[in-house]
Amino acid sequence: MPAALAGMREPEQTGGIAVKPYRWQAGDSRMADTVHTWVPDLQRARAKTSTRSKLDKFIRQRSTIAFLMCLPLMLIIASLVIYPAFYSIYLSMLNKAQTRFIGLGNFRFLLSRDVFWMVVQQSAIFALSAVFFKAFIGLITAHLINNLPAKGQRKWRGMLLVPWVIPLALSSLGWWWLFDPTHSAFNWILAAFGFNEIPWLSDPYWARFSVILVNVWYGAPFFLIMYLAALKSVPEQLYEAAAIDGANAWQKFVHITLPMMRNIIAITVLFSLIVTFANFDIVQIMTAGGPRNMTHVFATYAFMLGIRSGDLPLGAASSLFMFPILAIAAVFILRGVRKRGREIG
Amino acid sequence: MSYTRVSRRTALKTAALSSVAAITAPYISGVYAAGSLTLGCWDHWVPGANNTLTKLCNEWGEKNKVQVHIDYITSQGEKDKLTAAAEAQAGTGHDIMSHRDWNIRIHENLLEPLDDIIAQLIKQNGPISPVAEYLAKIKGTWRGVPTTVGSQVKPCQSRFDLYNEQCGVDLVDMFPADESKYDKAKTDKWTWDLYLDCAQKLHKAGYPVGLPMGQTSDAVDWVGAFFKSYGVVFIDEKDQIRINSDETRKALEYLKKLMAVNPPEVYAWDDAGNNRWIISGKGSGIMNPPSSWAVAKRDNPKVAEKIWHHPMPKGPKGRFVGQLPQFYGLWSFSKNKSAAKDLLLSISQRTSVAQLVEASFGYDLPSFKSLYDLPTWKQVGPPVGTTYSYPLRGDEETSMAGAPARSEVGAQIYNQAINTVMVSKFTQGNEKLDDVIKWAENELEGTLRA
Repeated sequence: MPAALAGMREPEQTGGIAVKPYRWQAGDSRMADTVHTWVPDLQRARAKTSTRSKLDKFIRQRSTIAFLMCLPLMLIIASLVIYPAFYSIYLSMLNKAQTRFIGLGNFRFLLSRDVFWMVVQQSAIFALSAVFFKAFIGLITAHLINNLPAKGQRKWRGMLLVPWVIPLALSSLGWWWLFDPTHSAFNWILAAFGFNEIPWLSDPYWARFSVILVNVWYGAPFFLIMYLAALKSVPEQLYEAAAIDGANAWQKFVHITLPMMRNIIAITVLFSLIVTFANFDIVQIMTAGGPRNMTHVFATYAFMLGIRSGDLPLGAASSLFMFPILAIAAVFILRGVRKRGREIG
Repeated sequence: MSYTRVSRRTALKTAALSSVAAITAPYISGVYAAGSLTLGCWDHWVPGANNTLTKLCNEWGEKNKVQVHIDYITSQGEKDKLTAAAEAQAGTGHDIMSHRDWNIRIHENLLEPLDDIIAQLIKQNGPISPVAEYLAKIKGTWRGVPTTVGSQVKPCQSRFDLYNEQCGVDLVDMFPADESKYDKAKTDKWTWDLYLDCAQKLHKAGYPVGLPMGQTSDAVDWVGAFFKSYGVVFIDEKDQIRINSDETRKALEYLKKLMAVNPPEVYAWDDAGNNRWIISGKGSGIMNPPSSWAVAKRDNPKVAEKIWHHPMPKGPKGRFVGQLPQFYGLWSFSKNKSAAKDLLLSISQRTSVAQLVEASFGYDLPSFKSLYDLPTWKQVGPPVGTTYSYPLRGDEETSMAGAPARSEVGAQIYNQAINTVMVSKFTQGNEKLDDVIKWAENELEGTLRA
């Protein structure tokens, strides 16, 4: 056996705790070499033992394990989120043929277009009204479910989560059939009761209403589940103390429930605002931005410019337009959340 | 006898070396001697039509020892355009890709010149469609070969029984299934004025015509053809915005009357809306390829029996029909360009075109007028001869919304549906005529950035 190997193996066999010199027996043909080199090998082995034990310690640290376990996710996010995000920023600063850097030229061009300003306005109407109604409906239903007897809660929670669980493209298609311009199921029911038909998708204002309605239907369960979780975490003693002080239901809601839920409300609203501003499926499937461009949101407008018209840089610029505004909003909202968190802590 | 002992390591090494040698050795003969070709093709609406293209490609592949693989990609949700955009960005993908409408222009820098193929096809078949030339011949170089598969025009598709009963207009007599029997005195009467008169009567009778006014191609194409027949020009070849004209005003005033007798939902229709309208039996006419008639044959045969395809009405500047050709483009990053060109030439031959037209019941339309004598259009039915006048007949010419602006600009006009949005603002939004034209001028100015 080569000496170096022998020296290396010994500490491992002892687990790096106690190194016992090993003396080869006489007559062993491998012994002569081994005996001569044993002492220096042992020192090296001790040094190695120490390095190994440090490495071992490092690997066994909770933060290292946590990092290693998060690594695959971080790699996925880096390759599928961070890289495309930076690439789209880069793309938005190129000319149409993607051969020349034009700085903020695409953004300047968009700001000079009437249709783009209409898209900004519609996106704001779409996102703000949809998030408001989602939060409002989510809050009310969360309270209703929270006040149900524990036995029936699970059933209601499950049923109300269905819209959020169905793939959005599929449910949007279902809604499109209900609103179908010529054969709308809703209109069929209205007609059966003697009412006039409603131009759900052919009138621009009704079309706006329809896409917002579908977004609220889809997104409200997310708020419901988040608010329900927040409600469950409010200590019962606070309500009991308030009851002893003579507080009514509204006062309990305003002075206990809402302050205790402020952080979760802020985070859900922020998250939903970002997602709703970036919505594509609902509008694309139901109206494709029409009639008269009056239901376009950033994503559908970007699709029209980038994919249908073949101007990817302009499409990228359009889709990035809300990024700085939402980023600033996120900073302020999250700062508020941290501040309140410290106060509570 | 002596034995040589072979260790496990030596055996593995020898096996590995043998494998490498086998892989890297020159390939002598065999089925795939000339390599392989991959195609990303438009997924046909007509059931079974893809099979004919696959068969033609496989036959060519077997003859030339090339392995051909076709992926059929739907245009539903613009998936074909998304695929082309992704391949263009990545610089890898299929060898040949089919491109709809303006996509040749969009990817022009990554497409191989195909002048040699086009020159040969023109030599064989005569003049090529001017719309195809406008879309695929860029700076004097052809970057795409017009396909038969999926290429189409959108003429009138009318219920001849209702036109007869309600308007006293005999469309079958006016446009019989034999061009030589066209009577100019009769066909000249088929004008936009007569169309409006009929539309009003049909609306009164409870069977309105259904002309889409959304932002998808069926709407953009018929409005483009209508504007051309009225002499409306959005932007000319010299980048001059020409929308503010008497022709535009006259055309918009006409459309105000015509849209009033259309169902109100036409503003929300996608490309399937008008098909459903005629198939349902509620409508008396649309402007479409025969796909809706083909579906009606299956779903509502009584309606299908009464549908007749015929040329568009004539306007002050002529009779025009919207054409929407498709093209095969050969990516510059293709590894087998000569084989690809050979295949494209093969599937563009008259015998191949005839099979493709037959497989699609006449839906697919080649870009050479000399091929419009193929028997399919005369034979299919019921009623027999209904699709005869689907290809250009008589004095009908093709149009492309966005033309004659240079095609980079035209692509923006077309894809942003500036023509239908302008009409919708006036007819549905009741905006003032001058305001609508001003809006269009502003939008057109934006397209010149291209």
